[in-house]
Amino acid sequence: MPFIPHTKKDTSEMLQAIGVDSIADLFDEIPPELMIEHLPHVPPAVGEMEISRLMRRRAKMDGSPMCFIGAGAYEHHIPTAVWDIATRGEFYSAYTPYQAEASQGTLQTIYEYQTMITELTGLDVSNASLYDGASALAEASLMSVRANRRVKSGRILLAPGVNPVYEQVAAAIAGAQGLTFERLEQDAASGNIDFNSLPDGREPVAVVVQQPSFVGTLDDVDRLTNWAHEQGAMLIGIVNPTSLALLRPPGQWGEAGADIAIGEGQPLGVPMSSGGPYFGFMTCKQKHVRQMPGRIVGRTTDLEDKPGFALTLQAREQHIRRSKATSNICTNQGLMVTAATIYMSLLGYDGLVGVANTSQANTALLAEGLCGIEGVDRLYEGPFFHEVALKLDRPVAPLLTALADRDILGGFDLTSTVATNALLVCATETKTKADIEAYVAAFADLMANDSA
Amino acid sequence: MSDLPGDLLYTNDHEWLRREDDGSVTIGITDHAQSALGDLVYVELPEVGLDIEEAGEMAVVESVKAASDVYAPISGSIVAVNEALADDPEKINSDPYGDGWIVRVQPSDTIDESALMSPDDYQTFIDELDD
Repeated sequence: MPFIPHTKKDTSEMLQAIGVDSIADLFDEIPPELMIEHLPHVPPAVGEMEISRLMRRRAKMDGSPMCFIGAGAYEHHIPTAVWDIATRGEFYSAYTPYQAEASQGTLQTIYEYQTMITELTGLDVSNASLYDGASALAEASLMSVRANRRVKSGRILLAPGVNPVYEQVAAAIAGAQGLTFERLEQDAASGNIDFNSLPDGREPVAVVVQQPSFVGTLDDVDRLTNWAHEQGAMLIGIVNPTSLALLRPPGQWGEAGADIAIGEGQPLGVPMSSGGPYFGFMTCKQKHVRQMPGRIVGRTTDLEDKPGFALTLQAREQHIRRSKATSNICTNQGLMVTAATIYMSLLGYDGLVGVANTSQANTALLAEGLCGIEGVDRLYEGPFFHEVALKLDRPVAPLLTALADRDILGGFDLTSTVATNALLVCATETKTKADIEAYVAAFADLMANDSA
Repeated sequence: MSDLPGDLLYTNDHEWLRREDDGSVTIGITDHAQSALGDLVYVELPEVGLDIEEAGEMAVVESVKAASDVYAPISGSIVAVNEALADDPEKINSDPYGDGWIVRVQPSDTIDESALMSPDDYQTFIDELDD
């Protein structure tokens, strides 16, 4: 749907119709003392030529290092066709047009996206996406309170492998609404849940597990799902979409399956872009669909019995229910979702399995190489997907700095969040055997010469 | 507008109350309310045993247009809910005073009938709204 700006004539006619002189007058109820005339630290606007030059200079400073960092965002090969199609005029927009009479293409794309995400996660229904994986945890937590009304505790139990940033974001958003987040005990050897110390009788409204975990390990999600349901809690699974090509989907965990699945959609065709924009996804069982936040596109038939697409289940959204809406999310990450839909279509099932298998094999190769170096060992035992935590005999930060000088982004320093002298590394399908060997050689060199 | 059942009491939130022989009170929404909401697609019912406060939220009726709260006209405890509405919410549209009942409440106090409307008063109330 093209966007055609109003002409000055349109604007003045509209203002005249409502009896207002200027657009500024529409905002005159805002007290002048609350108006900000200028933003400190934001420089004045510059022209296209100047901004292009500035951005080229900044981009050059980034260089083109080899990236072995994961920890929530993952470098995957994005076929050129993905963004070639996503940036066509029919899709490329800062605003997602939902009007059924004008946006059948956009709505069908979202519908196809929802279908693909429900297939990946093994659940019944998907929304049109959320802002990112971390805020999706906040939304899922609030949703569990609405859907699991028997439990009044507002207590959400998190597996030890839940991304610490996700917990911070969820607590910031949902904490003010009476929800509390508590961690389950960790088994030191595996890094996973310590099933011997699960707290019975805490009346959690939901239990959250991340698979693969933040540190790359695989938890016993079946056992945890069953335990959560025995406790009267809902089970929320945080999943990596690439991993679902290999791992059993949340809908099939345990005897009854996860109730809600969420995650970060960035691995599906969205570039890392220094942190965003990304998109969050959310799917759930059919019986909880009315408590699901955000937009949902449905397939229907028009007056001539032809298939068509329209937003559905809007009755609990903000524009109708105001302060009683299920969520203040009234939008989705339309452009990112368009890219993800094209990415999944181009790769297909076999392609996604290929990406997942190669990423896993590359990370296994990297782990083997690095663990062959004196002073480097696995932090946890057990299987991992495409990320692995290592334990070093010295601080991580100086090593990462020295690696960066050699154009290698060597991993994520876990010191402040998980364990001292611990490093999280990831090698996706974008890395060749030579890349991995080069990284291992550089790491060995730095460790041996203690130049770090 | 169909005739209002004469044995019921009404509220200005368009709910009706029927006093049962066992002392409990059956509550639903009026024909006027269902007609204004349009075709109902979902009813969110409270749990049996829940204590409700007068004017507190008690249930949600959702049509294709909007989800609306049903407020408790009296304080008390929920003794029964109309489970049939889970599969068949349009019973409220087709039979608002019969099969479309929503909850049955055991009142915690004597009911202040002066705060409620007789059929005639309610008829006048909705006639004025329509004007």
